[in-house]
Amino acid sequence: MKISTTVTLKKDVLDPQGKVVNQTLKNMGYKNVINVRQGKYFEIELDIKNKDEAKKVVDQISKKLLANAVVEDYKINLE
Amino acid sequence: MKSSVIVFPGSNCDRDIAVALEKFQIKNKMVWHNEVNLPKSDLVVLPGGFSYGDYLRAGCIASKSKIIGDVIDHAKKGGLVLGICNGFQILIETGMLPGVLLRNKKLRFISKNIFLRVKNIKNKFCLNYKKKNVIKLPVAHNEGNYFAKQKLLEELEDKNLIAFKYCNEQGEVNKESNPNGSSNNIAGILNNEMNVLGMMPHPERLIDPFLSGEDGSLMFESLVKLS
Repeated sequence: MKISTTVTLKKDVLDPQGKVVNQTLKNMGYKNVINVRQGKYFEIELDIKNKDEAKKVVDQISKKLLANAVVEDYKINLE
Repeated sequence: MKSSVIVFPGSNCDRDIAVALEKFQIKNKMVWHNEVNLPKSDLVVLPGGFSYGDYLRAGCIASKSKIIGDVIDHAKKGGLVLGICNGFQILIETGMLPGVLLRNKKLRFISKNIFLRVKNIKNKFCLNYKKKNVIKLPVAHNEGNYFAKQKLLEELEDKNLIAFKYCNEQGEVNKESNPNGSSNNIAGILNNEMNVLGMMPHPERLIDPFLSGEDGSLMFESLVKLS
């Protein structure tokens, strides 16, 4: 089964790249853009059929490797 | 004194640190990251570079290498561990040092000489800096912006675990002398036991007058004194 997880910087951590993207969008005329946060997206293919079990594994993977808990949050997306 | 320099795919300061260690009569061995057993050493160095192309996060993939288990054991037994630049990032990712290194505040790769104030001269790496505690060393990094929660910063300050802070030529630690946006101008920190040091600047690059300075030599002289 395929499952994805999105890793982003925590709210109180400065995201300089997101800030630049935000500013650029404003410069391009998108006046209604308020804020942009940049993150990483991972698509993980698993040899697991059970949804809950798959979620558990991806949760572990995210915690141990994909995200740095000090500054990053992750969100698992089940299709 | 015996040392081991761990080499990862993408390390590029491994030879520089080996030359520096040997110059100060430290017997060094290069150790490939895939090896499981660390040779008998007093000091383990994680060198600068771009291990695994900085994939995922700088130092992240290297921190899961086979040899790292032995490096952690070595540190737990009181052995010395020095992480320079990417090595510092790897130490952070293994959890041997607290906090995190974010991208430089201005999103630029910084490569220049900076000034440092040596804040802790009691640890084994910095004993010789009592002679001179405002020093010049080069930095060359993209992710050197040290970040930690207020509580951790206070703890680092209170326990005197900040080894180096960015400063100006006069030794003043201020906002203008902070090249990358690091919290409290932090350039290098120690663990609680003070046997693990992580630092962004490169002491191994200033060990000879021909390289425009010798402020890095003081660190290696401090280490040699131990044996």
